[in-house]
Amino acid sequence: MSDLRIGVFVCHCGANIGGVVNVPEVTEYASGLEDVVYAKDNLYTCSDAGLREIKDSIKEYDLNRVVVASCTPRTHERLFRNTCEEAGLNRFLFEFVNIRDQCSWVHMQDPESATEKAKDLVRMGVAKSRLLNPMEEIEIDVLPVAMVIGGGIAGMSAAKSLAGMGISTYLIEREPQLGGMLNKLNALYPSHERAVDFIKPVKEAVLNHPKIEVLTSAQIKDIRGFIGSYNVEVQQAETSRSLKVGAIIVATGAQALTPEGFYGYDGQNVVTQLEFEQILADSDKVAELENVVMIQCVGARSEERVYCSRVCCTAAVKNGLLLKEAKPDAQVFILFRDIQTYASDFEDYYFGARDKGVIFVRYAKDHPPEVTDSVVRVYDQLLGVQLGMPYDLIVLSTPLIPHDDAKELATMLKVPLDENGFFLEAHVKLRPVDFATDGIYLAGCARWPSHVGEAVSQAQAAVSRAAIPLLNGRVRVEPIVSRVDEELCIGCELCESLCPFKAIQVKMTDSGRKAQVITASCKGCGACGAACPQHAITMQHFTNLQIEAQIDAMAATMVSGD
Amino acid sequence: MSTDVMIIGGGIAGIQASLDLADMGVKVHLIEREPGIGGHMAQLDKTFPTNDCAICILSPKMADCFSHPNINMMTYSEVKSVEGEAGSFDVMVTKKARYVKEDECTGCGECVEKCPTRVPDEFNMGLSNRKAIYLYFLQTVPRVMTIDKNSCLKLTRDRCGICQQVCDKDAIDYEQQDQDIHLSVGAIILATGFSLVDALPLQRYGYSKIQNVITSLEYERLSCASGPTGGHLERPSDHKVAKRLAFIQCVGSRDTRRSRYCSSVCCMHSTKEAILASEHEPGSQSFIFYTDLRAAGKGFQEYIKRAQEEYAVTYVRGRVGEINENWNGDPVIWYEDTEADQVKRMTVDLAILAPSLRPVSGSAELAEVLSIELDEHGFFKTNPYLGGETTKEGIFACGYCRCPMDIPESVTSASSAAAGAGSIVFGAQRSVASS
Repeated sequence: MSDLRIGVFVCHCGANIGGVVNVPEVTEYASGLEDVVYAKDNLYTCSDAGLREIKDSIKEYDLNRVVVASCTPRTHERLFRNTCEEAGLNRFLFEFVNIRDQCSWVHMQDPESATEKAKDLVRMGVAKSRLLNPMEEIEIDVLPVAMVIGGGIAGMSAAKSLAGMGISTYLIEREPQLGGMLNKLNALYPSHERAVDFIKPVKEAVLNHPKIEVLTSAQIKDIRGFIGSYNVEVQQAETSRSLKVGAIIVATGAQALTPEGFYGYDGQNVVTQLEFEQILADSDKVAELENVVMIQCVGARSEERVYCSRVCCTAAVKNGLLLKEAKPDAQVFILFRDIQTYASDFEDYYFGARDKGVIFVRYAKDHPPEVTDSVVRVYDQLLGVQLGMPYDLIVLSTPLIPHDDAKELATMLKVPLDENGFFLEAHVKLRPVDFATDGIYLAGCARWPSHVGEAVSQAQAAVSRAAIPLLNGRVRVEPIVSRVDEELCIGCELCESLCPFKAIQVKMTDSGRKAQVITASCKGCGACGAACPQHAITMQHFTNLQIEAQIDAMAATMVSGD
Repeated sequence: MSTDVMIIGGGIAGIQASLDLADMGVKVHLIEREPGIGGHMAQLDKTFPTNDCAICILSPKMADCFSHPNINMMTYSEVKSVEGEAGSFDVMVTKKARYVKEDECTGCGECVEKCPTRVPDEFNMGLSNRKAIYLYFLQTVPRVMTIDKNSCLKLTRDRCGICQQVCDKDAIDYEQQDQDIHLSVGAIILATGFSLVDALPLQRYGYSKIQNVITSLEYERLSCASGPTGGHLERPSDHKVAKRLAFIQCVGSRDTRRSRYCSSVCCMHSTKEAILASEHEPGSQSFIFYTDLRAAGKGFQEYIKRAQEEYAVTYVRGRVGEINENWNGDPVIWYEDTEADQVKRMTVDLAILAPSLRPVSGSAELAEVLSIELDEHGFFKTNPYLGGETTKEGIFACGYCRCPMDIPESVTSASSAAAGAGSIVFGAQRSVASS
């Protein structure tokens, strides 16, 4: 292997790495490693100048391996691989060394050790790079058919938008009718359009669209496959159908918390905001209301549930306004902690409610309101006085919480939930409607409590993301997958039972029972390879030889006592 | 009929819309009026609630835009006229003279080194100087120089000419002219973002008189490693490291005299900035003066809890009345603590104002060119149920120019606008194919 020519690029990442790790020292060290013919430090390796430098030096120094020591492969590996490819080097002859998360960040208080560790990691990266093999990405076909799970406003909007792009779509709803949460609402804010009037044309458009097939009273039983070809088993009454789709959008919504044990909740005199919607729809009941007191953050922003449910303040403003419009002499108090009417429309709406005489009272988390038989007592933080408000109805704003079976669906889809039980997107900042798993996307309250307009926007965004593979008809996937040596495999099925992606199956072949990998499903996690008692499974790009070379490189200094 | 899409504005929203459409196979023209793409996100140090470095997660997307075969990136360009209807718009774009040949310049920096003229650097909010020939910012895309015609000695007084002499690539062209380019597109997406244009509320709090009263965007540049101080939180008056900081919310926002709306992002970016102060300088203390603590996004309340418990951030409910300065140059904050029902004062090293974020300058003119309506606050009026379509069919808006929103919402609205524009151009494609 004397023809190895390795280039090492060490990134300062401004002060992110360079403020702790002595980058010039690491670069100098790298240049002395065996087979390294070029080593350079950059202020930002990922800048246009840094990338150009990689490309130029691949050509100038005839590099056949490139090692970048910088941040994290999660955000930057693709960029550097593309850069290598543009300069004519196979994209898998690139090795990433993370000296930001693993050195400058975690050893911020100890720059010297951070620098030494960076050298160790670079040496290990160089050792692995020597054994890298060129590989080609795998192309797989994508069936141009989509499935949307959940027939609320997000799901219906997604289906409509997909069909508008010419993509055939299945819309799966477990209830007998479409509409989701909107079926339980009285009116929408800030327009005060009746919810049924709003969703009726949407339902009709979805039900009548030739490209959309709606399955109501339908349960998802099983999901197998991978981007491009999912096989979804759907149960409707006695019949079960197996549907083949290329991509899936999750729009299953959320549910309102039932406030058992809060403020004497009984569903009669003390109701939830959602129950109040039904009262507001009934003019006889509205006529009887004189004094309504609403309490915000019931079961939210508390020790057991830290998060703010985003939609409840605006919902309370809406219902306060609707009551005032129907019965101007009724008293409406909204007891809040922080009013979350962000942006322009909602803030205007909040202003309007105050103009119309809805009274807002700020209370502190540690002085919650007290409900007696006749009055609600609360300490008004802004007036600095204790208030007592008579009531004939108390309305509790409770947060949206995940559906009870969200976990079950997540398990079938093999996607994660966040700490509150909502579906977890690939990146909270820049990939809000993607899952980390290719081919599955997310919209609406299944992700996070959202207003109707926001849910629609997310649904259309999910369509935009899903349309990329669906319209192209194919995707490229990484060849970092496991490979079975059938001569060594004894068909023990240990790998099959461990694979979290159902990507490895033991099948009967001419030479007996052998494990086979479904390349497109394999995520390269390595569980099978680690467990195989026969060492019959090799992880491409993370072979035993490559990993051992890294360990040897790590141990080299320990042995020499360096 | 055209199946191309034009996107106006190259911040995170415009970038996301461009990449989505280009990945679907649509030819995109991305128009940015500044010398490079990236927008305001490129100026930020980190992002809430994960503290991801902003430029680190943005720059791969900027690079993708540059190298994408379906994206025609036109920087330093402005839309001059738009005629036509959904499916076939005729657009004239003016590509402003940079006085540098984009194809030749390698961004090596030799010219910048030798240029004798210094002017305030807009990207660093005027906290440092740049030269008359300059790179927009360190990680800018495309990496080419631009000559600022208002300060270049050669262009203003026909003297100097050093940059042309030192350029090995012969990339400097003082004769370059603005160029009008015609585009034919089926749909248009606006992603023009926001600007900090309202100076009056800032001045009320002593901004521009008291050196140690700065804006949040200036603070972002100060705390950023590639900023003017290399990431050291040095206050302007004496370069002393700021260890006691006040963050003032709703400066011009939620103010019936100025912008009545809530700017949506300030409670959270101020929380992030306070956390960063503590990360930069362990032991520092931050106070955030707020009206309502608006933190309704995913992970936001948890972030605030962390700020309070781990980073010594104190939230004070109350609006600040006045800021003045003591003998030491320290800002003195006068405020009503509405929870304690008392008027108090607090002396800090540095006060950071969170100004209302306004529709970008030139929005009204652009709306006129496009024949679309603005809402009462000056944002592009859109229908959220139709992918953010404006009052004219085939023209969509996404990101902050539509209404105040944070980065994930901007990214979401950008993708949804891409879906809207996509369905128009795919509809056009299908009708062409069937005829």
